[in-house]
Amino acid sequence: MAPDNLVEVTKLRKEFGGLVATDDVDFTIPRGAIIALIGPNGAGKTTFFNQLTGVYKPTSGSIVFDGTEVSDLPPHAITALGVGRTFQNIRLFAQMSAVENVLVGMHCRLRGGIIGSILRTKKVKREEQEARDRARELLVYSGLPRRHDDRAGNLPYGDQRRLEVARALGTDPKLLLLDEPTAGMNPQETAEFTAFVRRVRDDKGLTVLLIEHDMKVVMGVSERITVLDYGAKIAEGTPGEIQSDERVIEAYLGRGAAA
Amino acid sequence: MSSIATRAKGLRSNTNSWLVPVVIVLGLAYPFLEEPLSELPLIGDFVPSTGTFVVMIAFTMMAVGLNIVVGYCGLLDLGYVAFYAVGAYTAGWLASQHFEQVTIHFGSSVDNDQVGIHVTMWVVLIAAGLLTMLAGIIIGLPTLRLRGDYLAIVTLGFGEIVPQVVRNGDSFGGFNLTNGTFGIAPIDPVGFPILSGIAFFPENFQTSDNRERWYYLIAFLLLLFTIFCSVRLRDSRLGRAWIAIREDETAAAAMGVPLMKTKTWAYALGAFFGGVAGAYYASFKSGAFPADFSFTLSVFLLCMVILGGMGSIWGVTVGGLILAYLNFSGLSTIGSKIQDAGLDFDPTKYQFGIYGIIIVLMMLFRPAGLIPERRHKVEFEEGVHDTPFYDVQTEGSLTDRDRGND
Repeated sequence: MAPDNLVEVTKLRKEFGGLVATDDVDFTIPRGAIIALIGPNGAGKTTFFNQLTGVYKPTSGSIVFDGTEVSDLPPHAITALGVGRTFQNIRLFAQMSAVENVLVGMHCRLRGGIIGSILRTKKVKREEQEARDRARELLVYSGLPRRHDDRAGNLPYGDQRRLEVARALGTDPKLLLLDEPTAGMNPQETAEFTAFVRRVRDDKGLTVLLIEHDMKVVMGVSERITVLDYGAKIAEGTPGEIQSDERVIEAYLGRGAAA
Repeated sequence: MSSIATRAKGLRSNTNSWLVPVVIVLGLAYPFLEEPLSELPLIGDFVPSTGTFVVMIAFTMMAVGLNIVVGYCGLLDLGYVAFYAVGAYTAGWLASQHFEQVTIHFGSSVDNDQVGIHVTMWVVLIAAGLLTMLAGIIIGLPTLRLRGDYLAIVTLGFGEIVPQVVRNGDSFGGFNLTNGTFGIAPIDPVGFPILSGIAFFPENFQTSDNRERWYYLIAFLLLLFTIFCSVRLRDSRLGRAWIAIREDETAAAAMGVPLMKTKTWAYALGAFFGGVAGAYYASFKSGAFPADFSFTLSVFLLCMVILGGMGSIWGVTVGGLILAYLNFSGLSTIGSKIQDAGLDFDPTKYQFGIYGIIIVLMMLFRPAGLIPERRHKVEFEEGVHDTPFYDVQTEGSLTDRDRGND
């Protein structure tokens, strides 16, 4: 495996009964890159994400993350290795406060045990305090300067999206997977978010893979784009290449439009 | 702005700081307050005796334990009575004349010439907790892979299996493990065999002049211990993971919470307190009988949790005390009052109907419970301001195939 690739996916396949949701996809993510995954509705982008994060077991194929084969691991183990994600339709812990949401994200980085928690030993207490401080920092960093103790479910929509990112950053990831992070945001929020993604990558040395429908975001932020259609990879390249690729235009707009 | 401030406060602070010490002092003083209270006009007859209170506390402890499983982690457990059974029988095995083949004594309150294993109840309580915890892990490992209704059905099964094993366990290949339908009795009393020489500590609660007071005192301390652990666990890293699983299992797993391990801990720790309470109660009533472990008891404990407010420790404590009071004393007192008035109506015959009505009324008028968990309280009082809408995408149905189950 080339050392500069954080993720190497080979021949990944996922079938739901007769439906081939991922059709022998080969895919690599270079370390430090921002990669976009696009495709028409139902192309299998989120299914691909779910296999990367262990929510679905692939039917066949391999996923190597940072030198470890992860296709058989459960989601929490993959998260512990350094994959953080957000969800297409927000899945915050609505009853928990914003800070607590981020603290859950830090779960696998904290050590506090049962006896220690009951006795509230100095060590556990210090760890909790540090985690809380760091969670608040992450919230501010992600664009949530206030309302840290509000229920996540009570935050406005855009803030919930930001909180999802903060929670994913709480897992201390090497790879950040964003599933349509700007869905439902207004143009200004979208622009801010695009800048934010780049900033996160630079500040924290992350690698980012995002699914996105907003072409402005995709073309603006990503260095390389992969296009899926009916579970198969139909194109891969720089934003410029993708924009003029005939198969991509066909997939999005139909055969006549490509001509 | 002020509403935001109060809401923020509401999410953090638990109870008024003065309330807890007052309740503790009143609780400790109850055996001495009982007599003057019971002489009050009108309400005097309704005051539970100290002995009844011991039973109430034992069941409240179980409810607080069950609250870890159901309230924190959101795992509907319809077989909690199994843990009570394991705890009670551990007491039977380690502190009675049941195993008459051997004579082992360890700091026990009973005479040294009695056959059987007689370990001091203090050790038995810990052993019962640990053994029940083990039972919780054994039951949990295969069942906790299931979600929602499926889990409830399997726990219901285990809640039936354990009492059946107990009832038929008088000949495991010739070995009498549980003494069948007769149960194990008498079980040794709690006592202070070592301290008894020093001061007023009785060697044996059962034969002491203040039997009920001593049993009450220790039960009350055990309940405090249970509540204390429960609060500390809730506010810990593990407690957060439990609540996260309750909120959204898939998201919790994606955030690095190991589902099986975390759920098994909820089960095991919930079981621990059920086991301790079961062993203590078995010692108080001096026996463990298979007829005690009926499915209705599991439901009864669940009612306590729901009545008090799922996830709310103080709520469950209050709910447990109220329902246990009604069950073991209140309803019969009310019944005798009604019959004194010349009506032929006995509410104890309709106890589960009455609890059912209580639960229905609760669901209608106070759905989050008597003392709601602070999280739920905010939800019920303020509603959800900004429900995220779901993206209208065909992919969504694939992503969320498992969503309907949680």
